[in-house]
Amino acid sequence: MLLDLFQRLRNSAIPVTLGEYLTLLQSLEANTTAFNLEEFYYLARLSLIKDERFYDRFDQVFSDYISGAETQFENLIDQIPEEWLQVQKELALSEEDMKRVEAMGGLDKLMEKLRERLREQQKRHQGGSKWIGTGGTSPFGAHGYNPEGIRIGQQGTGQRRAVKVWDKREYRNLDSDREVGTRNIKMALRKLRRFAREGEQSQLDIDATIHSTARNAGYLDLKMIPERRNAIKVLLFLDVGGSMDYHVKACEELFSAARSEFKRLEYFYFHNFTYEHVWKNNLRRHTETLPVHELLRSFNSDYRVVFVGDAAMSPYEIAAAGGSVEHWNEEPGGLWMQRIVAHFPYLAWLNPENPGYWEHTQSNRMTRQLIGERMFPLTVSGIEDAITCLKRPGSSAVV
Amino acid sequence: MKLTEITSEDYVITDDLQLAIRAARTLGKPLLVKGEPGTGKTQLAIEVAKALDMPLLQWHIKSTTKAHHGLYEYDAVSRLRDSQLGDDKVKNIDNYIVPGTLWQAFASDHQNVVLIDEIDKADIEFPNDLLQELDRMEFFVHETQQLIKANHRPLVIITSNNEKELPDAFLRRCFFHYIAFPDDSTMRKIVNVHYPDLKKNLLEASLKVFFDLRDVPGLKKKPSTSELLDWIKLLVAEDLPADVLQADNPRSLIPKLHGALLKNEQDVQLFERLVFMHKKNNARS
Repeated sequence: MLLDLFQRLRNSAIPVTLGEYLTLLQSLEANTTAFNLEEFYYLARLSLIKDERFYDRFDQVFSDYISGAETQFENLIDQIPEEWLQVQKELALSEEDMKRVEAMGGLDKLMEKLRERLREQQKRHQGGSKWIGTGGTSPFGAHGYNPEGIRIGQQGTGQRRAVKVWDKREYRNLDSDREVGTRNIKMALRKLRRFAREGEQSQLDIDATIHSTARNAGYLDLKMIPERRNAIKVLLFLDVGGSMDYHVKACEELFSAARSEFKRLEYFYFHNFTYEHVWKNNLRRHTETLPVHELLRSFNSDYRVVFVGDAAMSPYEIAAAGGSVEHWNEEPGGLWMQRIVAHFPYLAWLNPENPGYWEHTQSNRMTRQLIGERMFPLTVSGIEDAITCLKRPGSSAVV
Repeated sequence: MKLTEITSEDYVITDDLQLAIRAARTLGKPLLVKGEPGTGKTQLAIEVAKALDMPLLQWHIKSTTKAHHGLYEYDAVSRLRDSQLGDDKVKNIDNYIVPGTLWQAFASDHQNVVLIDEIDKADIEFPNDLLQELDRMEFFVHETQQLIKANHRPLVIITSNNEKELPDAFLRRCFFHYIAFPDDSTMRKIVNVHYPDLKKNLLEASLKVFFDLRDVPGLKKKPSTSELLDWIKLLVAEDLPADVLQADNPRSLIPKLHGALLKNEQDVQLFERLVFMHKKNNARS
């Protein structure tokens, strides 16, 4: 029966191993818990789950598993027709009523009564305090109030008294496919770090010093090495205005996380697509610009280039000269993109738009082709994929 | 081993955490604790040690910490110096082996609590280098050909701030507990534990401000438990009456001494802007 839980967890892609399962058995054997369901839930989570990202998924599987165990017992009473349990009304009870209901005795007694009543009852029932049905104070049925009742066939939690911890799903937003917060992004970006020793020799290299001292007949010979630093250099291009307005928050979070993660980060803005120039200050975007030619000269090709944009525009803005929405461009945007792609082998594009919609815009397909299919969604797992992509040089796009 | 509930006068241990510590103690496996900054991960080890009346050995991890620092260090430089000075000590290598935190815990006559604090600060290889040591609770000193084995398996509590992913092999050997952010009732207990004499209305008012503040969308750094406690400390020290915090007091819209809760000038600005808009709406309605 426990093995079933283990299988279910594995089936829902939670990384649990046999060793952890054995640990759970071991701790059950060692009597760590008083045997009740809640303690068992905590113990199972404690020994099987090793990352809070999986807490939510675990809660779902556990709830499923436990309700599976509950169905075994429901099989016993499956002759209750569905319609008896259909919701009619929610119930409002006074304090004294609740106390009265509470005094009905333990689970065993309830089960016994339930069997008894099943034998007696013949038709659909609603309200009242005895029969199995909805909206009443009988301990059996759904959508009613009885603090120690048995819920049968209820959707939703009704009065919320019978909710178990795992049904609350408190850890929902720790799942990595959902939340994009500054902190999560920082963690993701951190994977891009590449430590290298460069520059001034400021640290004593103990190992080398010992070696060379030994070789030097025991007289001290100091060796120095440069400090370890994050040697990664990042160039960020952000799309601003227009359709990007909906994604401002996600972009801001990415930007602030990137700023604090990389010592050498340069950023520029563009609108919809890259043309002859980019800019750094959105307030003075028409006066203070940097020609892309100059940019290609001043940043060498070991910069990691990240584009952030939704790549949603009219195809002419990429393919045609003069296609830009805000100025006359002599050469098509696609050509400028090709130049950038050719210069920077490490490149990725983060798209805040849901990947499900990507196929619907032609400009998106064109962009992906231009950058060699290196477009990723702006989610934590998307950023992680982008970073894996940024670690090795990609082939420049073939058009 | 008797498994008593761990009770502490200055720290609220929830049921699931209680169970986690019990399991870690019974099976002698390390307990890995994660959680938002400021939810009392480090404090947990201190309180557990106090409650179980065991000595606490702390090992704070930095980016330069290596696994062997916790086991032992061979002080080659002093030995070299001594050899050049012709000191007699130099003949015995034992004089230059400096035991680390884990060695101290293993060698001790009674069970210890070992805190490995912020394990994620160290190099990626760090946890992997400690696998054997934490699993078997023993290690080998190569210089002296000596096996150090734990007399009593220490209760190892490891904290992580999630700055790096920990390797699977390491995780498999630990129990894992995530300290969720306290809900309203737990938070009351926590505040009560720290400030038992706090006036009820001040408690209500400050908790309301605190939870409202955590709900403000777009904050860069949400205030955490430790920040709430600091803030209440300031409120108590200033002896402010509760009604300056209440929402109907027009001067209180920006909470007093908010510097203890908001640690970032952008957050303060954002908050002030929201308060300003809120005020305007109220004036209109």
